[in-house]
Amino acid sequence: MSVRSRSSRAWTWARYAVLSVLALFFLLPFYVVVRNAFSTTKWITAARWNWLPNQFDLTNLRELFGRENVAMARAMGNSAVMSIGQTVLTVVIALMAGYALARFSNRASRLLLGLTLFTLMVPAAVTFIPTFVMTAQLGWIDSFRGLIIPGVFSAFATYLFRQSFVGFPVELEEAALIDGANPWTTFWRIVVPNSLGIIGAVGTITFIGSWNAFLWPLLIGREQTRTVQVTLSQFMTSQGVNYPQLFAGALVAIVPVLLVFLFLQRYLVQGVESSGID
Amino acid sequence: MSVAAPPRTTTLLHRLRGHQGRNLWFALFVTPFVVGLAMFVYIPIAWSAYLSFFEARNTVHPTKFVGFENYTYLLGDKLFRQSLLTFIAFAAFIVPLTYVCSLGLALLLHGLKGGQAFFRSVFFLPTAVSYVIAAMIWRLAFFSGTRFGFANSLLRQFGGDNVNWLGGTNYWYWLVIVSLRLWLQVGFYMILLIAGLNRIPTDTYEAAAIDGASGWRLLRHITLPQLRTSTVAVLMLLLIGAFQAFDEFWNTLGSMTGGYPPYARPPLVHLYLISIGGSQQDLGVGGAGTMIITALIVFFGLLQNWLAGWSERKERGR
Repeated sequence: MSVRSRSSRAWTWARYAVLSVLALFFLLPFYVVVRNAFSTTKWITAARWNWLPNQFDLTNLRELFGRENVAMARAMGNSAVMSIGQTVLTVVIALMAGYALARFSNRASRLLLGLTLFTLMVPAAVTFIPTFVMTAQLGWIDSFRGLIIPGVFSAFATYLFRQSFVGFPVELEEAALIDGANPWTTFWRIVVPNSLGIIGAVGTITFIGSWNAFLWPLLIGREQTRTVQVTLSQFMTSQGVNYPQLFAGALVAIVPVLLVFLFLQRYLVQGVESSGID
Repeated sequence: MSVAAPPRTTTLLHRLRGHQGRNLWFALFVTPFVVGLAMFVYIPIAWSAYLSFFEARNTVHPTKFVGFENYTYLLGDKLFRQSLLTFIAFAAFIVPLTYVCSLGLALLLHGLKGGQAFFRSVFFLPTAVSYVIAAMIWRLAFFSGTRFGFANSLLRQFGGDNVNWLGGTNYWYWLVIVSLRLWLQVGFYMILLIAGLNRIPTDTYEAAAIDGASGWRLLRHITLPQLRTSTVAVLMLLLIGAFQAFDEFWNTLGSMTGGYPPYARPPLVHLYLISIGGSQQDLGVGGAGTMIITALIVFFGLLQNWLAGWSERKERGR
């Protein structure tokens, strides 16, 4: 008995040791961003790797936002408009469609469910050329419409909502319908307020995906509508890149998603979990 | 006869509206989604399929029908064939590796008394980072080919020489690309697998423990079979994800002038270069490429469905 408990205690300690080492590895990239954002170019490019930063002030940030060829402030604004707009529209559109797919059992509903599942298989990134051609035909290049709208019809979000609504108690809705409410008001007054968990889950996943998106904004964004990811990507490959300013930019660009992550992690985890269940 | 006509139209109308207008309500709920899907997914795909049979350089209203020429051109294009090989190589690394690592993390965390939430958050945190920023860290800080890159300064400390990680004179860029995606993704799949582990009833383990099973045998005979659904979902998501690879390749290997080296081109990067990002927009060839890639991914999707059904039947047959 004692041998066993001792060996299991040793096993627990080994587990913690391994986990701690791995955790350090996982956090190292974040640390490197911080180190570089608060160091000078000379310090970063020294032949000996410096673990600590050497410039604990906002010089790099100030210089980054002062640059004329890198419109960092506008890029942050553009990204905010794009990801908030995309999150709101995606959630509303998918919420409605997902509810209809869960509650109406006519032929059109079954057909649309099949189509949604099929769309799930072909990710938007794979068909970026067709969607780009259509968006260009609409004259939506270099516009927020072009950045936001083509990406808000999500089969993935619709399917997640549908799965969640299938388990929603019908009795609540029936009570409202008997009281004379129509399906539309029942949906917004009864169903939606009772589904905030899954709405939060889909919302956080959509927001992070939208803020971090690269290929679509690269195709659509121009001078006025470049997002922060595209701006950083271009700054990164530009001639004579300034390392401290670049990493200061990365630090600034991570902050919004990190806030979402820290405060809404519960929803995020729920969203990830439900994305694997079919 | 003229008497019979009116009731017939009303029944048709009735049928269209459905009981208590239910079909109308249905239409109200799904119209935005359906119109959007049609407008930005299905009509564009059909249009691209149409364009793929024409010479469509810098235009979407082509006149010259070329049959399968765009397809034969693309399949004869060495760079396109290499991009398919790049995808296969990438998927062969990233799919099993990510699965094993995320399962490893999930098993390490599963049933941990203290600190589980903390470690889970730490491993999950990279999911919030964009591929652009991850590429920045990997390219300029960790695997910079210069002397101040982290990997190179470590190598020198152990008496090695600087390595040009991304230069293409060797295959080290695979280490860079694969480790980047691994760091960024592994937490996501770990969460999925933890959820799968939590769904395994504890009495299954207790029964096995009474039978004296432990360690590897427990994993092999209890955990993995019970995790089958999650495993299939994770592998499929990983494969679809590998198909979509663009951001990290573009940002770790792309050059200052918007160019891209001839090696390590995944399919989407190649399609981007020939149809939009290059000097001219060849939408005919781009359309043909989209059709080929879409057909491939649909094939894999159907294969996965078939495999999932097969494993379920096998399970039920036991």
